[in-house]
Amino acid sequence: MASYQDYLLHLADNALILGQRNAEWCGHGPILEEDLALANNSLDLIGQARLLYQHVAAVRRDGKSSEDLLAYFRDVPDFKNYTLLELPHGTALLPTSRGDRDYAVTIARNFLYSALMVQVWAALAASTDAQLAAIASKSLKEVQYHLRHAHDWVLRLGDGTDASHARMQAAFDYLMPFTQEFWTESAMETAAVKTGAGVDATAFKTEWEAMVSDTLQAATLKVPASRGFVTTGKHGVHSEHLGFVLAEMQSLARAHPEAVW
Amino acid sequence: MSFDAPSRAVPPGVLQGLPDGPLAQSQEADAHHAIWELLEAVTDPEIPVVNLREMGILRAVRFGAQGLEVVITPTYSGCPAMGQMEDDVANALSQAGVAARVVTQLAPAWSTDWMTPEGRDKLRAYGIAPPVKSACAAAAGAQVVAFATRRVAGKGLVERDSVACPQCGSDNTTEISHFGSTACKALYRCLKCMEPFDYFKPY
Repeated sequence: MASYQDYLLHLADNALILGQRNAEWCGHGPILEEDLALANNSLDLIGQARLLYQHVAAVRRDGKSSEDLLAYFRDVPDFKNYTLLELPHGTALLPTSRGDRDYAVTIARNFLYSALMVQVWAALAASTDAQLAAIASKSLKEVQYHLRHAHDWVLRLGDGTDASHARMQAAFDYLMPFTQEFWTESAMETAAVKTGAGVDATAFKTEWEAMVSDTLQAATLKVPASRGFVTTGKHGVHSEHLGFVLAEMQSLARAHPEAVW
Repeated sequence: MSFDAPSRAVPPGVLQGLPDGPLAQSQEADAHHAIWELLEAVTDPEIPVVNLREMGILRAVRFGAQGLEVVITPTYSGCPAMGQMEDDVANALSQAGVAARVVTQLAPAWSTDWMTPEGRDKLRAYGIAPPVKSACAAAAGAQVVAFATRRVAGKGLVERDSVACPQCGSDNTTEISHFGSTACKALYRCLKCMEPFDYFKPY
């Protein structure tokens, strides 16, 4: 039975998993400024996730839920993030990418996600759940900077050299089908909308598409068709990649439960 | 409940008279002023020239259900300095022998608009350009100036600011990176004196 708590976990898991993915660039950024930018972006996202997990723990009032328990001691089927956010930074489609990570994929994903979340957080700032509204007001300010950052790089790389253009286009071709998941129905979103505390992402589809198409056009990129298999991460059915993300993120906490600095 | 710092100076000696139990109504205002004054010494761990009141982080001193409360509001969601600030406030209170709880409150969300004028001056003197305009204005001007002269309209994009160099005052500056040494800052460079500097972003 999906509940409002599942919806809060969905928002939290989105932020945590993308934060964890982007943190992989820490110490490996293509240039120092981008290393700092991605670390800051992750810091914001993980901070948002913490506030949301703390809120879920407070709502549950079961005496044992905590932000750590929710982040470190749930398994793949319990996570409700979009599949898009758990994907590695590379794409096998692109022979020009060096190493394991392609910065174009990182940028394209941050852009696609942030373009949705500026709408979602803005709407949630008026949530009937006062604590969620407070978290949304803060998160909105942060995601506006994330969107600006990704947006500028889409322009710069898309309208850059032949090589940067090709990689940026390949990244969008690769990721766009995963955005279909934004617009699918889920019981938790329906439950959250019914309580007045949540919003249905589908409501922002038109504005999101306009933002994506305007930006890609300005960047001389083609808007790829989003079609094909519709992923189901928010329902707890994930790609093979999430298990690896969780293994890295959770292993320390599980090896040393309740360890403190 | 007041969200404003007192404007008048606190007379010396008030602290000594601070009782540790529930305060009588007439004493309450003086005690609150004394605590504001006491916490003047608590500075931002990452920018030690400004204190928490000047940063707009220290929001209220009030009586709650469980006695005296000092209310602080977090800056960026993931700011690693928040825990330190909370500890610093608690330490300052306990060292002065004041029994008070430190409460973290999210709403209304912290904004750089709450930074005081003297806080902005101190930032500038320290080499950090303060936010050039209100965060509300930044959010309302929902346009971005891209790397080139091209403009792309779009809701939710933050406008780039024209920032004066804290060293020489020239506004012939350029943004090197949206994100700087901490979550709250961007990295700029002055094209006149050629010095790089931090810019405190509107939030």
